[in-house]
Amino acid sequence: MPKTHAHPYIPNTTPETKRGMMQQIGIKAIDELYSDVPQKLRLKRKLNLPKAMSEQEVKKHVEALLSKNTSTRDMPTFLGAGCWPHYVPAAVDNIMQRSELLTSYTPYQPEISQGMLQALFEYQSMICELTAMDAANSSMYDWASALGEAVRMAVRVNNRTEAIVPKLIHPERLATLQTYVEPLKMHIRKAEYNRETGLINIENLKQLVSNKTAAVYIENPSYLGFIESQVNEIAEITHDRRALFIVGVDPTSLGILKPPGDYDADIAIGEGQPLGNHLNYGGPLLGLFACKGETELIRQMPGRVIGMTTTLKGDKTGFCMALQTREQHIRRERATSNICTNEALCAVASTVYLALLGPDGLRELGETIMTRSQYAMHKLNQMAGVKAPLFSSAHFKEFTVNFDKTGKKVHTIHEALLKQHKIHGGKDISKEFPELGQTSLYCITETHSRNEIDRLAKSLKAVLGRKR
Amino acid sequence: MYRQAQWNEPVIFKLGGKGRRGCTLPTVDDDVGKLVGNVADTLPKSIRRSQRPRLPELSEVEVVRHFTRLSQMNYGVDSGFYPLGSCTMKYNPKINDLLAGATGLSELHPDQSEETVQGILEILYTLSQWLAEITGTDEVCLQPSAGAHGELLGALLMRACHKRNGDSDKRTELIVPDSAHGTNPASGTMAGFKIVVVPSNSNGTVDLKALKAAVSEKTAGLMLTNPNTLGIFEEDIAEIADIIHEAGGLLYYDGANLNAIMGKTRPGDMGYDVVHINIHKTFGTPHGGGGPGAGPIGVCKELAKFLPVPQIAYDTKRKRYHLDYNRPESVGKVRGFYGSVAVLLRAFAYILSMGAEGLEEAAEISVLNANYLVKKLSEIRGFELPYAKGRPRKHECVFSVKPMSKETGVRAADVAKRLLDYGLHSPTTYFPLVVEEALMIEPTESIEKEELDRFVEALRQISDEAYSDPNLVKNAPYNAAITRLDEVKASHPKTMALSWRMHQNRNVIKAAASKV
Repeated sequence: MPKTHAHPYIPNTTPETKRGMMQQIGIKAIDELYSDVPQKLRLKRKLNLPKAMSEQEVKKHVEALLSKNTSTRDMPTFLGAGCWPHYVPAAVDNIMQRSELLTSYTPYQPEISQGMLQALFEYQSMICELTAMDAANSSMYDWASALGEAVRMAVRVNNRTEAIVPKLIHPERLATLQTYVEPLKMHIRKAEYNRETGLINIENLKQLVSNKTAAVYIENPSYLGFIESQVNEIAEITHDRRALFIVGVDPTSLGILKPPGDYDADIAIGEGQPLGNHLNYGGPLLGLFACKGETELIRQMPGRVIGMTTTLKGDKTGFCMALQTREQHIRRERATSNICTNEALCAVASTVYLALLGPDGLRELGETIMTRSQYAMHKLNQMAGVKAPLFSSAHFKEFTVNFDKTGKKVHTIHEALLKQHKIHGGKDISKEFPELGQTSLYCITETHSRNEIDRLAKSLKAVLGRKR
Repeated sequence: MYRQAQWNEPVIFKLGGKGRRGCTLPTVDDDVGKLVGNVADTLPKSIRRSQRPRLPELSEVEVVRHFTRLSQMNYGVDSGFYPLGSCTMKYNPKINDLLAGATGLSELHPDQSEETVQGILEILYTLSQWLAEITGTDEVCLQPSAGAHGELLGALLMRACHKRNGDSDKRTELIVPDSAHGTNPASGTMAGFKIVVVPSNSNGTVDLKALKAAVSEKTAGLMLTNPNTLGIFEEDIAEIADIIHEAGGLLYYDGANLNAIMGKTRPGDMGYDVVHINIHKTFGTPHGGGGPGAGPIGVCKELAKFLPVPQIAYDTKRKRYHLDYNRPESVGKVRGFYGSVAVLLRAFAYILSMGAEGLEEAAEISVLNANYLVKKLSEIRGFELPYAKGRPRKHECVFSVKPMSKETGVRAADVAKRLLDYGLHSPTTYFPLVVEEALMIEPTESIEKEELDRFVEALRQISDEAYSDPNLVKNAPYNAAITRLDEVKASHPKTMALSWRMHQNRNVIKAAASKV
């Protein structure tokens, strides 16, 4: 049957419109507009793709595929490790659907983009309040890429060749950092940790930091959930050698934990996903990036920055992109970074989220997470052969669970939990850090009810009690 | 005339009042609380927060109103015509947003066991196969989060390839044309290359003579978009590919302009070795005011072994999708996890809605619309179309208002600002750099003829205004949320305010200074 209507997304495909337009530009066939594409390069067949579906069919098809997944809503899930389940208030999702924000582009014309610009300025401001920094950019891709950019920024500032990271760093963040700095031919050195506490081994750090050190990086809370408390010493050791101090944070901890700016960090980065963004199978995420107010730091900061200004007449306050001369579209090969499309909408989501919570809500969130995870650690640690957590330090949200003395592998335990109890356990980290034995990383947030934690404990008991 | 909302909306820090809350949290059971005690007290003093962050305190209704008002002071594709050249601001189909919000995606954790995520893995795997077909490449990686992120990865793959051949110390130069997007040289530099710029010829395409002179044993590759930023197809692309390959370099395709050629020709067939795809452009996913986007890359077989991990794979024996980390020569990772999945799912749904025929039709109509504008805008006083007159443009065209600027003093920026008063978004201005007073216009396929005519009419009227009352245009816009802004003030070290905290500290300094 010949087509009788235009495609819903392409209005000008109706024969009359198309013919009329072709006539006006003086062509008989659309192909004339491709006359400059050499014949030998033409695709002389149709693309091998499925036949177009109606909207109903698309919906049915995609929903059927998605229904093959078992989501964290369908089963208690105790995974974190860089992407954390948190409740997203309905108001956040609702604002995100405002199509003026959703369907706009980078605010190149500020007069008509004040909404997005003000929202991003508010985002930058809130990230500065959270981290106790002076300037923030309007987002990076995620924590991992923000780390890559932060170390590159440090090198631009002090022109040195080494960076120091904790040995217990998130392996994906380390891998991303290595990719980002590989062209700079840098050495990434790993600081040892104290076997009892998990904290950075200060003596080892002192030995590693030298005049070659561009930056010292720590994660707080660490990848394995414990809180690095020696922040003042680390800052001092770093600054004694004039290296930059970079701190990576989980922002949900900053209602109760001391912000990086208060212990003299130069750059604060982190993952903003827990602030009002869904898991989305790991993406999009939201890279936080903030620094101290020193001009030489701000000038070397990567990414887009929104600034407050006035109209040319001076009668009103407004917002526009600032310091664009650092950016690729102006500075080209001398730009501080190539980033342009960032995670603006995710940044707005986190702004709405933080506005809803306020300072007391953020503190309460931190306390709730910490209380619930303490409770879970307490429950699991009572089990024979189970050690939770492995380290003696204070923990936030995530913690290690060691199964060495149960004689079972994490992998087997988790499979039994999933198959027999419909519970998704934590992340098996026995391959990432073999020296920690049969250990997994569990995550507890405000979304995990007491019942779920109790159910986990009961199921684990059943799994561990069973003889093989 | 158009009128945008002007709310005079205060910065959020000035709103609300002490004790107000927009969200409550579930309470902790009493006996749990008793068991673990006051957890904040268990924190070492050195790391306990002493002062609460200065966030605003607002009720839910205040938050919703604030951001609703802000959204009304923002212009999106759903608000009207958005011909921002090179950005492909096409319509963002609603069904795709609806599907991306489903819990089967939004509440999936990336570390879940593979058997619990077979649906999303199938979607991602299939999408990567489709993108390989559309671009004519052998394997696609979905990991990069944006076009420029894909560029960085592409450049790193080229570097890895030369390194594998023992050539990386020698092959230090990456060639880009003078009309290239700024991301090309920036990405190349980040990947450790020296940038060599080749000029365009009088047709606006790569000057072959200059290219031949630029290549050497130092050449790592060439980054080139096709059609180029002037909207002109590089018809010598096969020869360009030969020149680069014979010199031992690799050819990189900047996918910003892929929308014009879908189903007509493929970068892989033109001789490109690496291709990035801007999902948020070509596949119509919403751009969110600057992101999230997604920038998958497709590569030829030779480069596939260097792709980041994990690749999404299908095991035909076990009939299962899985994440394949077994790639010993991989460059590693460029971000956490696997990519902007919520954006990629929208592209998957988009391709289902379009099919092969729909994608080709989108390319054709985007080109038809652009050439219609070329014809109509060429008739406007003060406008001229530089380069390759009479040659068809692809999806976009670049006009120069240099004649108008000389005759009336009205510049491209003024035309852009005045357009806002007509309820139309401006084209890209002052880019590509090879055109003076440039207006780079990309209508896309999703605009109806009547809207194109309205756009032409608006520019014709602006031209009349420029020649009769230039100040009217120079002081525009009048109907946007705000009049022209002082962008110098925003970047000047003495007046710069990049956060509320910085702004307040500045006021404190000012107040202190005035007391002295």
